[in-house]
Amino acid sequence: MTTRIIKQRTSGGLLRAVEEKAEVGLSACYQCRKCSIGCPVAGEIESPPAEIIRRLQLGAGDELLQTGLVWACLSCETCYARCPNQINFAAVIDALKSIAVEKGLAKPEGDAPLFNRSFLNTVKSYGRAYDLKAIAMYKLGTGSLGQDMDKFPAMLKKGKMAILPPSGADKGTVKRIFEKAAKNRGTGR
Amino acid sequence: MKYAYYPGCSAHSTARDMHESCMAVSKALGIELNEIKGWTCCGASSAHQTNRELAASLAGANLIKASQMGMDMVVNCAACYNRSKVANYEIINSEDMRRAVADTLGETYDGSVPVRHFVEILLKDVGVAALRKKIATPLTGLKAAAYYGCYLVRPPEATNFDDPENPTILERLIEAAGAENVEWSGKVDCCGGMQNLTRTEITVRRSAAVIEMAQACGAQCIVVACPMCQISLDVRQADMEKLLGRKYNMPVIYLTQLLGLALGILPDKLGFDRLMVDPAVVLKAAKEAVPLKR
Repeated sequence: MTTRIIKQRTSGGLLRAVEEKAEVGLSACYQCRKCSIGCPVAGEIESPPAEIIRRLQLGAGDELLQTGLVWACLSCETCYARCPNQINFAAVIDALKSIAVEKGLAKPEGDAPLFNRSFLNTVKSYGRAYDLKAIAMYKLGTGSLGQDMDKFPAMLKKGKMAILPPSGADKGTVKRIFEKAAKNRGTGR
Repeated sequence: MKYAYYPGCSAHSTARDMHESCMAVSKALGIELNEIKGWTCCGASSAHQTNRELAASLAGANLIKASQMGMDMVVNCAACYNRSKVANYEIINSEDMRRAVADTLGETYDGSVPVRHFVEILLKDVGVAALRKKIATPLTGLKAAAYYGCYLVRPPEATNFDDPENPTILERLIEAAGAENVEWSGKVDCCGGMQNLTRTEITVRRSAAVIEMAQACGAQCIVVACPMCQISLDVRQADMEKLLGRKYNMPVIYLTQLLGLALGILPDKLGFDRLMVDPAVVLKAAKEAVPLKR
């Protein structure tokens, strides 16, 4: 293994917060690296999965969240499915993402947090996802309106993307779910 | 065969072809799908990246609605299937989660509603023998690569779909439709779909790798059961050409579209006109098929 794990550390290790949020025990990892071998984005990131676990064990703090490292994940869960110790590494990444957003440290390439907000905002409004609006809000926010413009006319014409917003959903229930989630945010859940 | 049907948001947008072909195939096979009234978004990947309780509650709201109908819940979108299965799993295995969801939704739910993907209904409830009897135009000679992606098979303990590394449900259905399965090792690889809009280049490269492998193994089409995979592999082929300088011309169709053709349903009832990559090779196999005499 390379020694990229020896990096400048910021104070306040993330290990315990991640273990609590993801409900996983990272001490079970014995660095077999099956997760890293199966990871489809291992080539895109400075630390593959097993190395992220090692960095957390060695006290990694906010520097893990500042580089956009965790945001390349595809949630394919190959790491988790193949882990001999059933460590849910996909949940570790989700926890790191959630902590990054809470700490205001999430400014990754591609701005996935903005996409997630844009998507969930349409769910909040309509009870169901409204792709066209979510994509428009995201692209406005990232200044990438031009990208994919070659595809939208054909997709709209073929009916492969809805023009009108969704209807018929039980919006009251969804509204309650989002209100509750906002209220619980302060409790660390 | 009566089920509580959860279409998922994509059924009316990016995966209308999936929804239409599912409806047509259900009708032909006597499967009764009762749409869950007022169903809401499962939260998809954006919710679980944000907050686990939010994700489980969004999926849980539909599970509660299905439980009140007293039928198995059938889902056609692999992503919604995954979120619903994971919610059930977490609600069953974590008292904290069970309490959090009950607190949010104002109702207790024990995680017991069976959630099943539509292809499981086709294989296990209808069955290959009954399917074969209904095949009108077997797609003889069409070489298909069955592609599962991630959401159906992972995490295995929650989805419990099939062998997580070598599933065969799609292959058995493709065979029932008279088509030929190619042997390939890419069927549970990731298409990169989650970064489709955020880091498009990752998706383009992952999806191109999947298509290249299928093509190298002799596939004329890729057969999917997930709208995220379908969009990545189909719509992004134009970007693969730009980025990698290769044109693949690989049709990416839903299992229900393939099966519908073999059942003798017309292509326009199966959403074939909505695909971005021309499915000519698939339609040709149906057109040239020798109808079975009964």
